[in-house]
Amino acid sequence: MAKSAMDCVKLARDPKRPHLKDFIARICSDFTELHGDRLVNDDRALVGGFATIGGVKCLVLGHNKGATVEENMEANFGMANPDGYRKAMRLAKLAEKFHLPVVTFVDTPGAYPGREAEERGQAEAIAKSLEFFARLRTPVVVVVTGEGGSGGALAIAVGDRVLMLENAVYSVISPEGCAGILWRDGSKAPEAAKALKITARDLKRLKAIDEIVPEPAGGAQTNHAAAAANVKKAVLKALKELAKVPVDQLVEERYSKLRALGNFYA
Amino acid sequence: MSWFVPKTEKPAIPPEKAVWAVCPKCKSHFGKAAWKKAGGICPKCNYHGRLPVRARIALVADEGSFSEVFREVSYSDHLEFRDASGSYRDKVEAAIAKSGEKESVVMGICRIDGHPAMLGVMDFAFMGGSLGTGTGERIARACERAVAERLPLVLFCASGGARMQEGILSLMQMAKTSAAIAKLKEAGLPYISVLTDPTTGGVSASFAMLGDINITEPRALIGFAGRRVIENTIHQKLPDDFQSAEYLEKHGFIDKIVERKEMKGFIAKMLGYWGF
Repeated sequence: MAKSAMDCVKLARDPKRPHLKDFIARICSDFTELHGDRLVNDDRALVGGFATIGGVKCLVLGHNKGATVEENMEANFGMANPDGYRKAMRLAKLAEKFHLPVVTFVDTPGAYPGREAEERGQAEAIAKSLEFFARLRTPVVVVVTGEGGSGGALAIAVGDRVLMLENAVYSVISPEGCAGILWRDGSKAPEAAKALKITARDLKRLKAIDEIVPEPAGGAQTNHAAAAANVKKAVLKALKELAKVPVDQLVEERYSKLRALGNFYA
Repeated sequence: MSWFVPKTEKPAIPPEKAVWAVCPKCKSHFGKAAWKKAGGICPKCNYHGRLPVRARIALVADEGSFSEVFREVSYSDHLEFRDASGSYRDKVEAAIAKSGEKESVVMGICRIDGHPAMLGVMDFAFMGGSLGTGTGERIARACERAVAERLPLVLFCASGGARMQEGILSLMQMAKTSAAIAKLKEAGLPYISVLTDPTTGGVSASFAMLGDINITEPRALIGFAGRRVIENTIHQKLPDDFQSAEYLEKHGFIDKIVERKEMKGFIAKMLGYWGF
């Protein structure tokens, strides 16, 4: 039987699914984490550092969810504060300076809805990040690996190639949130998930992503090595293609792609 | 416990015939005539209420100068979205029939105290001012037209966020509009964002917060996440003025809170400083 949208939601949230740490360990031959936004904090929900993937030097950024309860707590369950997005921009700017590509891993329920998050400008940080990555003068490859939770995901998901794991989901709102508002009943999440069209196949059809990365049978959680190998292959292919594009053209093509999203009115 | 709770009485007078108006912020009661005379501004707490889109245009654009653009761009029901209460298409068509507008933002070229500008006004009454593909497309086109004609962009925001009935492509409008704003800025053109009540969610987290200057009106609600969502997450009650215009100014995210009667003059003055 074909997987429902809610089946994908469950797989995307499976605690045994490979997370950022697993992907880095299996894909990068080395990784040097760098800390802090230079303003207030070092957000553990969004981490980054320089790395080597298949011989290619790059900057890796991603939402950090953690696998154990302790790791979850430390990483705030992958829900970044404004500090995380500001750190991401700071590091990506460094990558641009040294002509290194950026690879981002997206896996978050959403940006953190907290008091300090609002006071330090969650909206502003996400907005700035969108503007920043839209114009960054170096290649950006995005991999949606688990939950692509709304603006908190999009803030590090603007790039030249957007890849998405087969069972990942990516949505404007969580199925539960949508069901609560439009169905006035959070238990209608499966209906909302279906209506929102949040699976990799749906997003490919809507041209919101470029490529689906296959997962091992049963899902990425059954075989981290196989899932990571597929991601590595797809990322390296994208990096190789993008390395050939002159940077002015790269940024203009990125703009054209963003510009075409949901333009039904030409 | 319900045995002693009195049944809620329905108001005897339908709202449109009521003689009282209630300020949604401070809950003070006023005679409807007094409220109307005050232009939707609370005489007690100075809350600047929501304005219909055409009334806002009339307040900002020089008389007779507003020429609407991109009216052909409307909504898209590419998901054929249905929820428990019916289809998105029916709801948005009802909003169109009621408002006479075809999207949640109205764009046009006008003069503001003589300064030529691309002016956009979002309409909270239209699907909660939500950011759909048509909304994003109108804003992106406005940025591109502004670059082509060397016009500053002035955008009055009012929105609950992305329009979920248009799914992932509504989220993508955050990226699309932000990219278009970035290009406008690279072209050396000014962008004034006016965050009016309310500006939240995906709109505050994209073009609304990207102004060269971000200004607002007294007591406007501005934020990313909803108050209840935050309270349920942190298990704490938030201060009363949380996410208010004044709170945001205090925390450094708003350049200035501008009274409605001074808004047009303020925008013109800023454009004047910058040589536009």
